[in-house]
Amino acid sequence: MDITTRDKVVARFGEKLLETSTAFDELTFLIDKGDLLAVVRFLRDDPALKYLHLSDITATDWLDRPKRFEVVYHLYSFDLRDYVRVKVRVGEEEPIDSLCSEWDGANWLEREVYDLFGVKFTGHPDLRRILTWEGFEGHPLRKDYPLTYEVPQFTYNKDEPPEVIK
Amino acid sequence: MDQKLMTINLGPQHPATHGVLRVVLDIDGETVVGCRPEVGYLHTGIEKTAEAKLYYKAIPLTDRMDYLAPMSNNLGYCLAVEKLLGVEIPPKAQWARVLLAEATRINSHLVWLGTHALDIGALSMVLYAFREREDILKIYEAVSGQRMMSTYFRIGGLAEDLPEDFGSLVQTMVTNVRRRLQEYEDILTNNRIWRNRTIGVGRLTKEEAIKSGVTGPLLRASGVKHDLRKARPYSSYEKFEFEVPTSDRCDCFGRYEVRMEEMRQSLRIIEQALAGMPDGRFRARAPGVVLPTKEETLYSMEALIYHFKLTTEGFSPPPGEVYVTIESPKGEIGFYMVSDGSPMPYRMRVRPPSFVNIAALPKLVVGRLLADVIACIGSIDIVLGEVDR
Repeated sequence: MDITTRDKVVARFGEKLLETSTAFDELTFLIDKGDLLAVVRFLRDDPALKYLHLSDITATDWLDRPKRFEVVYHLYSFDLRDYVRVKVRVGEEEPIDSLCSEWDGANWLEREVYDLFGVKFTGHPDLRRILTWEGFEGHPLRKDYPLTYEVPQFTYNKDEPPEVIK
Repeated sequence: MDQKLMTINLGPQHPATHGVLRVVLDIDGETVVGCRPEVGYLHTGIEKTAEAKLYYKAIPLTDRMDYLAPMSNNLGYCLAVEKLLGVEIPPKAQWARVLLAEATRINSHLVWLGTHALDIGALSMVLYAFREREDILKIYEAVSGQRMMSTYFRIGGLAEDLPEDFGSLVQTMVTNVRRRLQEYEDILTNNRIWRNRTIGVGRLTKEEAIKSGVTGPLLRASGVKHDLRKARPYSSYEKFEFEVPTSDRCDCFGRYEVRMEEMRQSLRIIEQALAGMPDGRFRARAPGVVLPTKEETLYSMEALIYHFKLTTEGFSPPPGEVYVTIESPKGEIGFYMVSDGSPMPYRMRVRPPSFVNIAALPKLVVGRLLADVIACIGSIDIVLGEVDR
């Protein structure tokens, strides 16, 4: 299964792929952010692949890397019964193309990544926070966002900062 | 023609929003012309919390996402970590997991049926459905001591062996639920009010469903025969015989039909699992990554040392990333785990089916009447704990 996808994508995009790997029986393509739309469209539209289902969009924060965020896409093919992972590395203030024009389901998933990591998506129709409220400061899933004890707020301690766990 | 639009809030505390969901509706008279679901009221930071815990300590967190399907969430999480570790699970644990995951599916569907029917006005259904759910909660209690947040699965197997009365409890549940499912259908399927409120309501075509990324009964009721238990069998599902029910109706009634048939198929799987339950260990023997059983720690010094080291230091999977998905009652739940070689997950991501499914709500309700919004939310079957995490 992986061989077909791997071979076809390598044949089509060749040198443009930054990295192709298979680990834990899972196929991963690391690509440049400029190629994102072309690669996912190819995976979705190629008649032998048909990765029609956008399963998930998420991100990982690698704080010490020059491009700290890895935006991770998981696509599923109903025909091949298999997943493929596409990863794109972006810097802190670097926007990435939205997939909302390709999949309606990308809308909320991208909003979640924006809310929790602060990655911006170009062309997203409604890029707002989704799990935290408007006015919330920071992006909680970043590695430099502190994990804290929840301290009940009273008048006498309302200006004290919460205690950081790590 | 003048059009007077009114914007109203449905929820967040409306009983028909199944938790804390706010739906901002633009209505023209009683017709919905705009719909914006707003979530996040229950955001508990489970993904962030898990990154600060040893791997096995995140299992109870998964229970609390979809609190109607704790065993399914445990299963997805454990499978993901086991894949990272390369641990093989003994057959008894696999079959018990299948049996309990299917009981969980019935549990979740029963709550859906009761509350969905309640939303639409069939008040007695919620009492009937919760009565049968009690049989499943008894099984939960027997195996784990808990009726809701069971935390029964462990990385490498189960928390404890199955209790002695397990077989009789399961058999009683199967007999009761099978008989009562027929009664539910007698009440609802040909009921004129039920049919008027659900047939043709909340249509989601096959193409729309795929484009929206919805999964589970919502996708299957739109005519897509996709079930991860068949497509990518896990935990020995390939050894069980069952059908994947679908419907081409693409509406609320189709989702009702699919879920009712799914419960019957789950009963089939449970019976097979009970009849053929293998003997042997309920937890893998993998010192260093899987806890020894309580009994082993009583007579083996090495087991005691491993137990101590695992509970204090944890284990460190090799660096890498896995994405494991299972068919939970609500749809495809996925666990994306990234390990950097430390004893805590570098990143734990949960792909929640309810979150993706509820995002499709505007497609279901725009152009329909206000009362249909209630039917549509119910038919999606959401748990807000999972939507917000």
